Amino acid sequence: MAEKIKNSRVFLNPFSKDNPVIVQVLGICSVLAVTAKLAPAMVMGISVIAVLAFSNVIISLLRNTIPTNIRIIVQLVVVAGLVVMVSQLLAAYAYEVSVQLSVFIGLIITNCILMGRLEAFALGNKPWPSFLDGVGNGIGYAVILVIVAFFRELLGSGTLLGYQVVPDSFYELGYVNNGLMILPPMALIVVACIIWVHRSINKDLQEQ
Amino acid sequence: MKINKQSNVYTIIYIVVLVVVVGCALAVTSMSLRDRQQANIKADTMGQILKSVHITPEADVAAQFGKLIVGQPLVSASGEIVCPDGASDVNVAMQIKKPADERQLPVYVCQLPDGSKKYILPCYGSGLWGPIWGYVAFDADGETIYGAYFNHKGETPGLGAEIEKPAFSSQFDGKTVFPEGRFLPVDVMKSGQKPLDERQYVDAVSGGTITSKGVASMLDNCLSPYAAFLDNLRNTSK
Repeated sequence: MAEKIKNSRVFLNPFSKDNPVIVQVLGICSVLAVTAKLAPAMVMGISVIAVLAFSNVIISLLRNTIPTNIRIIVQLVVVAGLVVMVSQLLAAYAYEVSVQLSVFIGLIITNCILMGRLEAFALGNKPWPSFLDGVGNGIGYAVILVIVAFFRELLGSGTLLGYQVVPDSFYELGYVNNGLMILPPMALIVVACIIWVHRSINKDLQEQ
Repeated sequence: MKINKQSNVYTIIYIVVLVVVVGCALAVTSMSLRDRQQANIKADTMGQILKSVHITPEADVAAQFGKLIVGQPLVSASGEIVCPDGASDVNVAMQIKKPADERQLPVYVCQLPDGSKKYILPCYGSGLWGPIWGYVAFDADGETIYGAYFNHKGETPGLGAEIEKPAFSSQFDGKTVFPEGRFLPVDVMKSGQKPLDERQYVDAVSGGTITSKGVASMLDNCLSPYAAFLDNLRNTSK
């Protein structure tokens, strides 16, 4: 029973109280890069969930055999191998998507969340909790990515998933898309706004 | 027997085995998916070529391509046809590194459903983050651009990446590369600016200065060797 409560917490904590992006402030680099449009942000989120879950399981399975002084190298090899496989699979079965994401898939390797979870969790836990931890953190990351991309695409391009949502009559009245929203710095400001809202709700996260 | 997991020998054997296993897994993945990936790339290239003549690629793009593209000759910088068939075997990315008069220049001859002939010329260059490429379709008169299509490997979404949108590429429609009777490729200029000579120009992408400049230099570099070929077309159509 105790195990079960622990597993559900492992899975659910990263959604809010222990969110990798807005609480631990990890993986910010890719939040800047892929959130100008909603569609790539979604595919990126899904890819990170997959890579994170599988690399967590693999490292967790190997955890008792890995020599301590080369553990980071082992983690990198596993993650890089998985990322290359994901990009190969996308190129073969979802060519359009792989073209759209181009370099960003490769950049999953440099995502700090991956190394963070492998170091902090998978090295010390069994495969099943590690899998849940990977999926949970992946979803926690993807949710923030989608929220940021939603605002950036809506305000920056007036579209969502490529479809125009701001009616033409608005533009006739003098409304203009905010070009700043497309630029990377605005991703940081949107993330900061999310952190602000999140901490106003969760008072216990506020620093003294 | 207990193995010392911190010993150098164990570490070296461990990493060698790991790298070999991961390497094999990647090699198997790559080998088993290669045919599919290359078919995708080929179909995608055909689709891009068709987009330059304002045709939306269908699901079976290979059949559509075979029906519309009636010739794929290679021409030389002096305008002669070197090889009547073989445009699709030429790697434009490799060709642009050679001097203009040594290049093999592929041409895709397209016969549209209304019977008119278009000549599609491939281009390749570099933008801000990586390669950019495009296809420029000319009318049978050899000077008027019928349509253009551009794409890129990894330009910034929302900025440089806008060159792939029709909003940018449709500006090329109807432009001529023989203003005043002299061959001058189309330029890409910041709005409000004008080229120094009579060449025609289109507006650059705002926020995508380096990508736009890349498009301009790509057109200059890749279309100029075709000057003699286009001039021949122009003279025969007159």
